[in-house]
Amino acid sequence: MFLINCPFCGEREQSEFKAGGEAHIVRPKQPTELSDDQWAEYLFMRKNIKGIQFERWNHIHGCRKWFNMVRDTSNDEIKAVYKMGEKPPVK
Amino acid sequence: MTKNLRVKSSKLVDETYRISFKFNGTTYYGFKGDTLASALLANNIHLVGRSFKYHRPRGIMTAGSEEPNAIVQLHNGTSRTEPNVRATEIEIYEGLVATSQNCWPSVKFDIGGINNFLSPLLPAGFYYKTFMWPASFWEKYEYFIRKSAGLGKSPDVPDPDIYEHKYIHCDVLVIGAGISGLIAAKTAAKNGFKTLLVEEKSYLGGSTIYQDSEFFKINNQNSASWLEKEINEVKKIENLEIKTRTSVAAFHGYNFLLARENLTDHLPIEQRENKTRQRLLKIRAKKVITATGSIERPLIFDNNDRPGILLSSAIKKYADLFGVACGEKNILFTNNDSVYETAISLIQKGIKVQAIIDNREEIDSKLIKETEKNNIKIYKGYTIVDTFGYKRINSVSIMKLSKDGQKVIGSKENISCDSLGISGGWTPAVHLFTQSGGKLKFRDDDQVFIPNTYPSNQISIGSCNGDFTLDEILINTPKLLKEFLNIKKTEYENIEIYSAFNKSKRNIWLLPSNKIVGKTKSFVDFQNDATAKDIKLALREGFRSIEHVKRYTTTGMGTDQGKLGNMHALGIISETASSKMGELGTTTFRPPYTPLTFGTIVGRNVGKYFDIIRKTPIHEWHVENKAEFENVGQWKRAWYYPQNGENMHEAVQRESKAARDSAGILDASTLGKIDIQGTDASEFLNRVYTNAWSKLEIGKCRYGLMLNEDGMVYDDGVTTRLDENHYIMTTTTGGAATVLGKLEDYLQTEWPELDVYLTSVTDHYATISVCGPNSKKIIQKVIPEIDLSDKDFPHMSFKNSKIGKVKCRVMRISFTGEQSYEINIQANYAKSVWENCMEAGKEFNITPYGTETMHLLRAEKGFIIAGQDTDATMTPIDLQMDWIVSKKKFDFIGKRSLYRSDTIREDRKQLVGLITDNPEEILEEGAQIVADMNKTPIEMLGHVTSSYFSPNLKKSIALGVVKGGKNMMGQKLIIPMEKKQINVTVTDPVFLDKENKRLNA
Repeated sequence: MFLINCPFCGEREQSEFKAGGEAHIVRPKQPTELSDDQWAEYLFMRKNIKGIQFERWNHIHGCRKWFNMVRDTSNDEIKAVYKMGEKPPVK
Repeated sequence: MTKNLRVKSSKLVDETYRISFKFNGTTYYGFKGDTLASALLANNIHLVGRSFKYHRPRGIMTAGSEEPNAIVQLHNGTSRTEPNVRATEIEIYEGLVATSQNCWPSVKFDIGGINNFLSPLLPAGFYYKTFMWPASFWEKYEYFIRKSAGLGKSPDVPDPDIYEHKYIHCDVLVIGAGISGLIAAKTAAKNGFKTLLVEEKSYLGGSTIYQDSEFFKINNQNSASWLEKEINEVKKIENLEIKTRTSVAAFHGYNFLLARENLTDHLPIEQRENKTRQRLLKIRAKKVITATGSIERPLIFDNNDRPGILLSSAIKKYADLFGVACGEKNILFTNNDSVYETAISLIQKGIKVQAIIDNREEIDSKLIKETEKNNIKIYKGYTIVDTFGYKRINSVSIMKLSKDGQKVIGSKENISCDSLGISGGWTPAVHLFTQSGGKLKFRDDDQVFIPNTYPSNQISIGSCNGDFTLDEILINTPKLLKEFLNIKKTEYENIEIYSAFNKSKRNIWLLPSNKIVGKTKSFVDFQNDATAKDIKLALREGFRSIEHVKRYTTTGMGTDQGKLGNMHALGIISETASSKMGELGTTTFRPPYTPLTFGTIVGRNVGKYFDIIRKTPIHEWHVENKAEFENVGQWKRAWYYPQNGENMHEAVQRESKAARDSAGILDASTLGKIDIQGTDASEFLNRVYTNAWSKLEIGKCRYGLMLNEDGMVYDDGVTTRLDENHYIMTTTTGGAATVLGKLEDYLQTEWPELDVYLTSVTDHYATISVCGPNSKKIIQKVIPEIDLSDKDFPHMSFKNSKIGKVKCRVMRISFTGEQSYEINIQANYAKSVWENCMEAGKEFNITPYGTETMHLLRAEKGFIIAGQDTDATMTPIDLQMDWIVSKKKFDFIGKRSLYRSDTIREDRKQLVGLITDNPEEILEEGAQIVADMNKTPIEMLGHVTSSYFSPNLKKSIALGVVKGGKNMMGQKLIIPMEKKQINVTVTDPVFLDKENKRLNA
């Protein structure tokens, strides 16, 4: 079970958090302009990487804030956490 | 047959304290400190069970948690019976009753033993190969296979014991209190680390604590005496907590570990009353030091599984720790120096060692010399090729090994014995290390896997790290600790060590025999009866991956998880397939290391504590008025209120009729309530609901439908505009938490620019809904000051008011189709307001109704329930609710998905009403709907989602989803049931009052 460093609360048990899938997928500003394929790309297509992955997490049983995490899925090492709207601190 | 095999007083047992226990119906005696295994061995009992597949007689093989054979059923009354208890771990207590498992009628005469003679017909994969054909017979086979499968019996009544969970946070966790673990714990604690030391056994010291001879010395004292002093010191250190009888079950990432602490299993039954039996420790450690030791390897030869065959270290341990001789004529068989330690120990205690058979040809060590001094014959370069004795070993056959170790040569020699100790060297216990994500490397010198890379802040020390001998442990452990704990020095710098152990070893995974492999039974997995022959067969049949061979042969899949034989399975595979050991990898070690009871896993979360129960503030009234309850999420909701022995149907018919004829009252407090404030609140609602909100006047209510981004309906409810920038949203009872979560998600991540604040107020307000033609009169009596005229307070509007001095909100909204008012009031006043309503409604026969009636009433009106009539595949269009989808709005969640190629299909499942030809016939919810019974395969068009008998319409009504249902109005369809077909007609889903006249009646 991870220890997650919530950017608002500090280090907490994973059981306080909810994972929210891939990060940095921006909701299209004008969905009506998109073709079915383009919309499907936004709606359904998610990466499942072995290695460095950018993810959304929610401190649901804590401050309820959403934030981003960089995690190496091969060994579960959390490389960084950062607030929504911030640039990822690592590549 | 009973004999006393106690040799002399020993470390662990207290011979002044006699304990009686029962095994297979006979009473025996042991001493305080004995395990069941040591007490049985002292009574000369080796045969304790039957093997899983062949039902071969099996005896005690080890002295620890790695035991594959001696697993028993413990009987402490019917509610406390426990299967698969390792006799080598359970300490005896007055009144212990145990029986053998997997045998019938008895362990001495077991009918299943016939499988042993049928074994040529039962090769690896027998079940897979045999019971495949014909496929239709599987159900018949399954009955018999299930009957003969499984070990032991689980209790069939609730567990009466108390279990609990405890969190522990420490700087350093040390797993295992052998010599290296003790050194580590002491060093960590003395350097200021808050340290926890856990040990699965009842005592500290591991195997060194009984290494009591002049051949193993530390600072000129016998290693056992030296360690004893260390233990006494360790026990006095303040910031060091020691937990014995505590077994680490799982080592997860980020140094999170689960351990089971056994508190009462060793106590006499009457002393266990009201005490916690086991505790699940949830440990988060900054640093973990694994010192789990090593497990002695068996040797793999023909008939290596007879009762009386033990690991050599187990024989030594039973003699040293429990003062028990495993036999009077012992033979030891080895490929390394370990058995000589056993031999010397036995000699010291006057236990006879008949002979030693050593695989190695040229050997020389101080231990061997000492053994030879005692006139014990050592057969060097020999191997055992067979053993004899059905229920107890009585002799072995030995032959000389060829130079290359590939075959046996010369003639056979027989030696009689009553016990055989075997040692194939040692396997580091790396289970926990690999569970944590650690990677192993293979050390060719002595053919062991040892830790290589650590995934978290941890190290392995001692023999689980491949340091097997006293000198290796005492030289390497302090070095590792200094680096790991970042300290300058330890107490163990200039220590003098003397160890007579010679590390030479002749590793042969499968010992050669004078018979061909196919004719031998050389067991690799003792519990699951997997033999070397099975593994070779699996390879011949094309299996290559160790994980596949494991599953095909079931090697390592027993309750012991193959702690003894997994390495040999790997060895045999690599030899047979000519691949290198290190390249094969290992099977995955999974938690738990030793089995856990369900009680430990659930802890206190049983019975009424199993899950959180949420009750409305009016709950007590429902209880007093004999309501039946249904669970809606965590809520207890009044389901119906039976009167005078009514069944559910009768009660619901009465309630439904009363609600439409005069007045009904419902506790709707469980509906989710979200307070929405902020200058962008209207814009926010525009984006999350399908319909438009900007023009909603203050004091008005509106029904809204919420979609997922994929266009599917996901929740619904009425939202009221309390003020310019203030709304209160209601959600479904079950959806409250997820709706709030989803709204927060969008606010925080997609639209952070919106000035909107969300607060869950579900628990703050209770909601009392009064409906029916007389509802207005009742509400007027309860709140005299409010103007309820239709003009001033029309349907879908709201007013602030007061009941006495207490503020309340009254909404005129309806989920029943009747004129209906909802009073929202601070939760703690809710019960008295409810009682006021009941009192005021008395003259109108106000009838409390529950969720079942609510469902029926809304179904009469064709109102959907999100989650019952929808299932995450229904768009608003599918629900025939096009009217609620704004065409003008630029965007809302899910809008774009409503015209994807899939969502605009005409033949999607669409919500329709269903009327049965026979008005008395009530459909089953979930029943399939078809059009043509003659088509093969029959095409399933949809299913029934809601179904009731309507007392107001005096006929059966149902809602269902049907492919292309919108265009099937009036069409006949069929609901095929097990014994009949029900004919239905597709209708509009609104059955009652299509013109909504009743809302203002």
